[in-house]
Amino acid sequence: MKTFDHPTAAAEFVADDAHAHWHDQALWFIRAKRDKASQTLPEWEVLRERAAAIKQHTISHLGDYLEEFERNATRLGAVVHWARDAAEHNAIVHGLLRERGVRRMVKSKSMLTEECGLNPYLEQQGIEVTDTDLGEWIVQLRREHPSHIVLPAIHIKKEEVGELFHRELGTDEGATDPTYLTEAARHRLREKFLQAEAGLTGVNFGIAETGGFVVCTNEGNSDLGTSLPKLHIASMGIEKLVPRLDDLGVFLRLLARSATGQPITAYSTHYHGPRPGCELHIVLVDNGRTKLLASDDFRNSLRCIRCGACLNTCPVYRRSGGHSYAASVAGPIGSIVNPSRDAAKYHTLPFACTLCGSCGDVCPVKIDLPNQLLTWRQRIAELGLLEPSKRRLMGVAGKLLSSPRLYAFAGSAGRTVLRWAPRWLLYNRFNPWGRQRELPTPPDESFRQWHARRGRGGKS
Amino acid sequence: MRVGLFIPCYIDQFYPRVGIATLRLLEHFCPGQVEFPTSQICCGQPMANSGCVSDARPAAERFVATFRPYDYIVAPSGSCVSMVRHHYHGLVADEAALAEVQAKTFELCEFLTDVLQIEPPAGRFPHRVGMHQSCHGLRDLRLGKSSELNVAPFNKVERLLSKLDGIEYTQPDRADECCGFGGSFAVYEEAVSCMMGRDRISDHQRAGAEVLTAGDMSCLMHLDGLIRRERRPLRVLHVAEVLVEGMGIGGA
Ligand code: SF4
Repeated sequence: MKTFDHPTAAAEFVADDAHAHWHDQALWFIRAKRDKASQTLPEWEVLRERAAAIKQHTISHLGDYLEEFERNATRLGAVVHWARDAAEHNAIVHGLLRERGVRRMVKSKSMLTEECGLNPYLEQQGIEVTDTDLGEWIVQLRREHPSHIVLPAIHIKKEEVGELFHRELGTDEGATDPTYLTEAARHRLREKFLQAEAGLTGVNFGIAETGGFVVCTNEGNSDLGTSLPKLHIASMGIEKLVPRLDDLGVFLRLLARSATGQPITAYSTHYHGPRPGCELHIVLVDNGRTKLLASDDFRNSLRCIRCGACLNTCPVYRRSGGHSYAASVAGPIGSIVNPSRDAAKYHTLPFACTLCGSCGDVCPVKIDLPNQLLTWRQRIAELGLLEPSKRRLMGVAGKLLSSPRLYAFAGSAGRTVLRWAPRWLLYNRFNPWGRQRELPTPPDESFRQWHARRGRGGKS
Repeated sequence: MRVGLFIPCYIDQFYPRVGIATLRLLEHFCPGQVEFPTSQICCGQPMANSGCVSDARPAAERFVATFRPYDYIVAPSGSCVSMVRHHYHGLVADEAALAEVQAKTFELCEFLTDVLQIEPPAGRFPHRVGMHQSCHGLRDLRLGKSSELNVAPFNKVERLLSKLDGIEYTQPDRADECCGFGGSFAVYEEAVSCMMGRDRISDHQRAGAEVLTAGDMSCLMHLDGLIRRERRPLRVLHVAEVLVEGMGIGGA
């Protein structure tokens, strides 16, 4: 598999300075809304504590709760399937569609199917899949992937949407008015809803106690997609469980506020078994999650409720764009879960981070993201996946910074070179520090030299 | 009381003036009790943050051995203190020694505020100051409330400077966004790093800052590099330098 390189992709994104700044501002706006919304709840930190505890408890008894969920869901008339990986998930979904002769399916709210590559797979089988979330549909029309788990088209400006819709839907050329464009999309999507013979949704929360589940959307598209067709397939990561119905309130209060700064999502639809005369199938997907569950270092990343707050707050994500992570889940949480799936491919992600810690403080389920990113760096070094240049540099630095004689020698030599070397020697393409920045002005003596001089009676 | 002064390697080499200011401050508040053990070098952070644990080990061992005899260990760097306090596990063989050293290692402002419990010193610093909240100090050491958390506001660094006459804090739009330094991040992710740094500087300039200060010289090294390249009218000073200048204890 092609190794992906975050710094290169990020540099490309940053090269379009105006667009990168626009992207940064758009996401910061949401982060600011999140701050305001969280401040309306004096009990915010208590809620986070509670949510973290509930999730931690759930994942430490995951097997039991999954069985309880399966029992109760089955009792309600749903059919529960288990998928070990993406391929099994796709095969199960395809099997269900094939057996019922489904040619067209609408989909909403599912980053999991993105993770599994369901769309291209089904299209190969001759099945038309339409993403009905406006943002997801836009990226689908552009033959791209979502760049954000909550705001899939956040990287696209409304002018670009106008052009796309003009091409694909025949809207007026040059039209950029969001209301006009949304209306046009609504009409086309209506057709898709009416034609669809199956609707697939993701799951925000599965409830072990009842066997029901909840899907949160702002556009009501999942409601349409599951009300019209007779077949509803719900793709659910096995970590999406909460034990009891009572727990739900904690998460619904945290989710929308963290995600977009709304008090609650416009639609929180509960599904408890199929509608009369219809079918409900729930596909429980592992796809690497039990690997995280088995790992002491990364287990608590399974608490994630995919609110996207860590993406919005991440100063690197905001400036490098979601596509620079080359994965269905980008940003800080993506940099933790993706390497567990393919460490070689994603080895640069845990380094796409300054360890500023903002993600950890923003996370509504208190995942220690910065810590896990640091741990991933160690694992990547142990796996021999560090860039050789970095490996060598750190080897040298390690020696230099633990031997007083070497250190003192290199220090004065370095400062001397810095002082006397011509600019071209210091500032060239081999010095990434100096491309956009000046090096520090080297002083005549180091602190320790000053201190020694002072100790010998020198004036200070 | 014996206070061991830790001067991080890059401050030692490039910013001795920050080391000197720190020493003057400590000598002012704990006269005759401050020592600079010369066997110290580096906390090991550059290697550890790159994932190279084995390369960080000797530095960590040296730190613990050097500083164990002291009652307190003080450094003018939030990120180095965070390294010692939070990331030394598994790097140092003698766990008892490690725990002991971790418990008595403090960042400078933290030491003045929490250990010595000094009142903010009087003095004069008639400038418009932008406070750069260094992330490790803010979110690892909790020197202040981060903007993400919903708890009562506090800021140990700002409080320390609050009694200097004439000081005026300027308020950037983004109170505590990262400057983009991040150690080797500054080199390997140069594009994002520099964009972050420039955004930070612009935010502070829009707010009207003349002086940019922080408890971490590493952030300031990166920001200063950008400031000087673009000849922006902004001076960077470590918090220790602001205090020393304000209190007039700079010496000859
Ligand atoms: S890690 Fe936390 S902040 Fe990030 S998406 Fe998951 S729940 Fe939200």
